[in-house]
Amino acid sequence: MTSVAILQIWIVAFFTLALFSFLYKDNPVYKLAEHIFAGLTAGYQVGLVWDTVVIQKLWDPMIYDGKWWLFVPGILGFLMFARFWPKYSWVSRVSLAFVMGTTSGVFITTQLHGLVLPAMKSTMLPLGGGGGLAQAVLAIIVVVGVVSTLIYFYFSKEHTGALGVTAKVGIWFIMISFGAHFGYTVMGRVSLLIGRVYFLFYDWFGTFSEIF
Amino acid sequence: MKTGVPVAVSFVAGLIMVVSFFFNEETTKVGGLSQELLNWLIIVGGFTLLLGVVSITRVNWSGVRQKKEGWIYKVFTLISIFAMALPSLLPESWSPLFGRSAGSIYDWLFVYLQAPMMATMFATLAFYIASAAYRAFRARSAEATLLLITATLVMLWRVPMGEAFLNLFPGDIPAWLNTYIMNGANLAVQRGIIIGAALGASSMSLRIILGIERTYMGKG
Repeated sequence: MTSVAILQIWIVAFFTLALFSFLYKDNPVYKLAEHIFAGLTAGYQVGLVWDTVVIQKLWDPMIYDGKWWLFVPGILGFLMFARFWPKYSWVSRVSLAFVMGTTSGVFITTQLHGLVLPAMKSTMLPLGGGGGLAQAVLAIIVVVGVVSTLIYFYFSKEHTGALGVTAKVGIWFIMISFGAHFGYTVMGRVSLLIGRVYFLFYDWFGTFSEIF
Repeated sequence: MKTGVPVAVSFVAGLIMVVSFFFNEETTKVGGLSQELLNWLIIVGGFTLLLGVVSITRVNWSGVRQKKEGWIYKVFTLISIFAMALPSLLPESWSPLFGRSAGSIYDWLFVYLQAPMMATMFATLAFYIASAAYRAFRARSAEATLLLITATLVMLWRVPMGEAFLNLFPGDIPAWLNTYIMNGANLAVQRGIIIGAALGASSMSLRIILGIERTYMGKG
C-alpha cells in the first residue's frame, strides 16, 4: 500500500471517528468535521450545477448551437440574486414566479395523469380476476386500506359515526405501513453503520501493520 | 408592478405547460414549447441552488467578520466551500486537477471526504433511530402494537438470521409478510397518501397559476 493511500485512509478514518464522537457528546472535533462537511456539500453543489446546468444547458447551447433565446432563463436566473439587495429584492419574484408557474403547470397534469389515475386504476381490480381467493382477499385489503387512509386524512368533517370508524381502520393501516417503513429505515441506517465499521476495522486497522 | 408581473408570468408559464400537455411535443410547436420551458426551469432552478450557496457563504463570512461564537468553525466551512467549488469551475484543459473528472481536486474531495462523511452522518442516525424506536415501540396502545409488530417482522425478514428464525414457525411467514403486509396494507396506505397528496398538489398548483396563492412571493 502506498503512503498516499495510507494517508487517504487515515483522513477518512479521522473524519469518520470525528463524526461518531457526537454519540458521546457535542465536542469541538465533531463541530469541525460537521462544518467541513457542510462546506464540502455546498461546494459540491456549485461544481455540479456549474457543469451540468450553466455550461451544458445554458452556455454551450447558447454560444455553440445558436440557441440565443436561452439568455432569457439566464437573466431570470441572475435576477434571483436580487434578493441580496432589499430595495430590488422584488425583482427576484419574477424568476420565482416562473419556477412556480411552470412547476404548477407540470404538476396539474402529471399529478392527475401520472399518479392519481394509475393509482386508482391499480386499486379497483376485479375480484374474480383469475388469481384465486388469496388474490381476491389482497384486492379487498388494498381497497379498504386506500379508502380508509384517504378518509383518515379528510379533515373537513368531524371523525364521528361511520366516518370515525373508517378513520380508525385507516389509522391501523397507516400504523402497519409506518411500521414497515420504520423497519426499512432502521435496516438502511444499520447497513450504512456496518459499512463504516467495516471500513474502520478492515481498511483503517489494515494500515496499522504497514505503519507499525 | 411588484406583484402583477410575477402573477402574470406565473399564469402564462403555467397555462403553456397545461395546454401543451394536450399536444404532441415532437410534431407541434405548442408541445415543443413545453419542452423548452422545462429546459428553462432546469436552468433557473440551477441558479436557485447557486443562490443558496452564495447565501451560506455570506452568512458564514458575516459570522467570521463579526467574530460571532464559533466563528473559527465558520472559517473551515468557507475554506471547504471554496476548496471544493473553485477547482471545479476552472477548465480541465488548464490542469487535470481542475474540473470534475476522476483525479481532479473536486473528485478527490468527494470520494475521500464528502461521501464517507455523508455515510457516517446517516450511520450515526442508526443510534438515534434505535432510541426513537424504544420510545415509539412501547406497546401502550393497539396502534403502537401494530407499529411494533410490523417493524419487528420487517426487520427480521430483511436479515438472513431473522428470516431463518421466522421459518422456524409454522406457515410461510416471509411469504405472508411480502403478500399481505408489503403488497397489501403498506401498498394501500402508500396509494392513499399518493392520491391525497397528488390531489392536494394539483389544487395548490391551480391556485398558484390563477394567482390566488401568492405566499411564495413573501412579504411586500
